[in-house]
Amino acid sequence: MKFFLKKFLDLIPTLLGISLICFFMIRLIPGDPVLNLVGERGVDPVRYLEMKKALGLDLPIIEQFWHFLKNAFHGNLGTSIVSNNSVWFEFMERFPATIELSLVALFFATLIGIPLGIYAAIKRNSFFDYFLMSSSLIGYSMPIFWWGLILILIFSVKLGLTPVSGRIDLTFDIPLFSGLYLIDTLQSAVLKADGLKPFWSAIKHLILPATALGTIPLAVIARMTRSSMLEVLGEDYIRTARAKGMSKTRIIYIHALRNALVPIVTTLALLFGSIITGAILTETIFSWPGIGKWIVQSITSRDYPVIQGGVLIISFIIIMTNIIVDVIYYFLNPKMRN
Amino acid sequence: MSENLLDIKDLNIFFKSDKNPEPIHAVRDLSFSLKQGEMLGVVGESGSGKSITNLALMGILGDGAIVKARECSFNGRELLSLKEREWQKVRGGEIAMIFQDPMTALNPFLTVEFQIVETILAHLNISKSEAKNKAIELLLQVGITSPKDRLKSYPFELSGGMAQRVMIAMAISTGPKLLIADEPTTALDVTIQKQILTLIKSLQEKNNMSVILVTHDLGVVSEFSERVQVMYAGELVETGNTSDLIKNPHHPYTFGLLSSRPGAVERLAKTPLASIAGIVPAFHQRPVGCQFNPRCVHVQEDCKKGSIPIERGVRCLHPMMEALS
Ligand SMILES: Nc1ncnc2c1ncn2[C@@H]1O[C@H](COP(=O)(O)OP(=O)(O)OP(=O)(O)O)[C@@H](O)[C@H]1O
Ligand code: SF4
Ligand SMILES: [Mg+2]
Repeated sequence: MKFFLKKFLDLIPTLLGISLICFFMIRLIPGDPVLNLVGERGVDPVRYLEMKKALGLDLPIIEQFWHFLKNAFHGNLGTSIVSNNSVWFEFMERFPATIELSLVALFFATLIGIPLGIYAAIKRNSFFDYFLMSSSLIGYSMPIFWWGLILILIFSVKLGLTPVSGRIDLTFDIPLFSGLYLIDTLQSAVLKADGLKPFWSAIKHLILPATALGTIPLAVIARMTRSSMLEVLGEDYIRTARAKGMSKTRIIYIHALRNALVPIVTTLALLFGSIITGAILTETIFSWPGIGKWIVQSITSRDYPVIQGGVLIISFIIIMTNIIVDVIYYFLNPKMRN
Repeated sequence: MSENLLDIKDLNIFFKSDKNPEPIHAVRDLSFSLKQGEMLGVVGESGSGKSITNLALMGILGDGAIVKARECSFNGRELLSLKEREWQKVRGGEIAMIFQDPMTALNPFLTVEFQIVETILAHLNISKSEAKNKAIELLLQVGITSPKDRLKSYPFELSGGMAQRVMIAMAISTGPKLLIADEPTTALDVTIQKQILTLIKSLQEKNNMSVILVTHDLGVVSEFSERVQVMYAGELVETGNTSDLIKNPHHPYTFGLLSSRPGAVERLAKTPLASIAGIVPAFHQRPVGCQFNPRCVHVQEDCKKGSIPIERGVRCLHPMMEALS
């Protein structure tokens, strides 16, 4: 319990540091949110100052930071300069899209990566093993931007199989329930109106971005599973299991896999951070209306509150996942419980 | 049908190697047999092939190994022609094995109960709860107090001696005919060693089980085992009744092993060989003729050619006579 408490206490300085860096970095890049808002030509200097004052941007920068922190501490992340919506509202509006994309990408990367890694480990040094290891190396070093464009070029432009952008055909009317279209399109009202068509549409829209985003995690998971599995399969207790007459399948799934999964879980957590970063790129390429695209847009328009608030929320989520992974790790590994 | 439980004739073990096109010849023409209820001690320097022989008898040497034998029969069946399914019945069911380091030999992620019960269920046709009761009984039998608590333990919660007792309980849980104990006490405290060996000995007698006891320590063999065989560089060099062999070793290597034991020095002070100089030759530079000839003080010209046959239990052209009398 102490262990988790300490983790939570560690959270505060980390978030503080991230906010600080983000806050000053965004003000270091040239550009002015007010100018962006009113357009560069024909600004009335009086009006300009008024607006600046209204946004609190006339205060000394340290004071601005202090205000931001104070408000954030009270749960108020500010208001978008561009849309006038609260940052939290904007975030919640877009977050499900990112979650859906990331989860689907990570889910399939895990679902495919772990069995591939296990199989490669069992068939070590076989053709399959070499093939998988070299292709995972390629997958690992694939730049998402380039890979996403290639996918669009082949599957959308050349073959016309998948849409180029968005989450779903706009002709469908989907009442929001979870914000995840794969779930929301299965609501009875939707099914009654259009059957499974909206669901398929959501899947079609997801396939390419999820593939682009999932490729690196897939490669990492497959390699990690293989090496972790190989290490465990060389352990003394695996020899014992064989000497007890256990079947090959039982040895792999009962005696080895669970032990091999411990480092894989840790990898998954680390991957989550990189998935969020990857999502920013992927969402930009595929015009996926998630928080990645949101942040990129807010940087373009110098929407300071959105950048500050958004980055704070995203950091918080990444750190929380790491804590959750620690909890899982704790339950997977009996040694930790003592 | 022969009266022997185990009959090994000309067992050879090779390992395919990445570096050499020729496979490594790790065990050569090893023959021995074992009666039901008998204990056989196996001694020899590190790397002499004791462990791989045992693993070959269990069929778990791994993919890189090639095992050949004129005969390798256990309980009237030829082991080397078994299919994987049949092997699984033999392993843990008829031949059980315990290892050097009990702490790493048990799965750290599974409870003692899980590991013992799964072994029982794999080989005996009883229910899970019966298996659990049997596990409790077995733990008591190997001298573990409060067995119910211990069942819930994970291996890292046990001491080394306790873990080896659990390994033994697991090994005998299916009533195997043969127990292979590969240096079962090397990793344990000196005080625990004797307890564990005494336990193995008593189980051997009670269950009329055969035991192959591998050890570095000839003293252990002389105390616990009627019969002993000495291995050197993948070959059997001397075999016989333990007390005879210790009193009167014929092979210069056995003699060297005996004189390198602590306490032996005084008895052997007059003899020229107090310990064995040199090391076991590596696979790719094995000598021609007797494998021991580079280190042997009695070496003669004829030791350096041809293969040396084993005669009256000794693989030596110039065996020592009555060395210690
Ligand atoms: N998979 C393998 N591939 C190649 N060589 C191997 C393999 N396994 C064992 N060997 C070699 O076979 C030889 C015999 O090994 P083994 O483990 O049987 O020795 P040992 O007599 O049990 O020694 P120790 O007393 O140290 O346990 C060693 O030299 C070892 O290097
Ligand atoms: S055969 Fe020769 S070299 Fe080998 S042990 Fe006997 S005397 Fe020594
Ligand atoms: Mg060994």
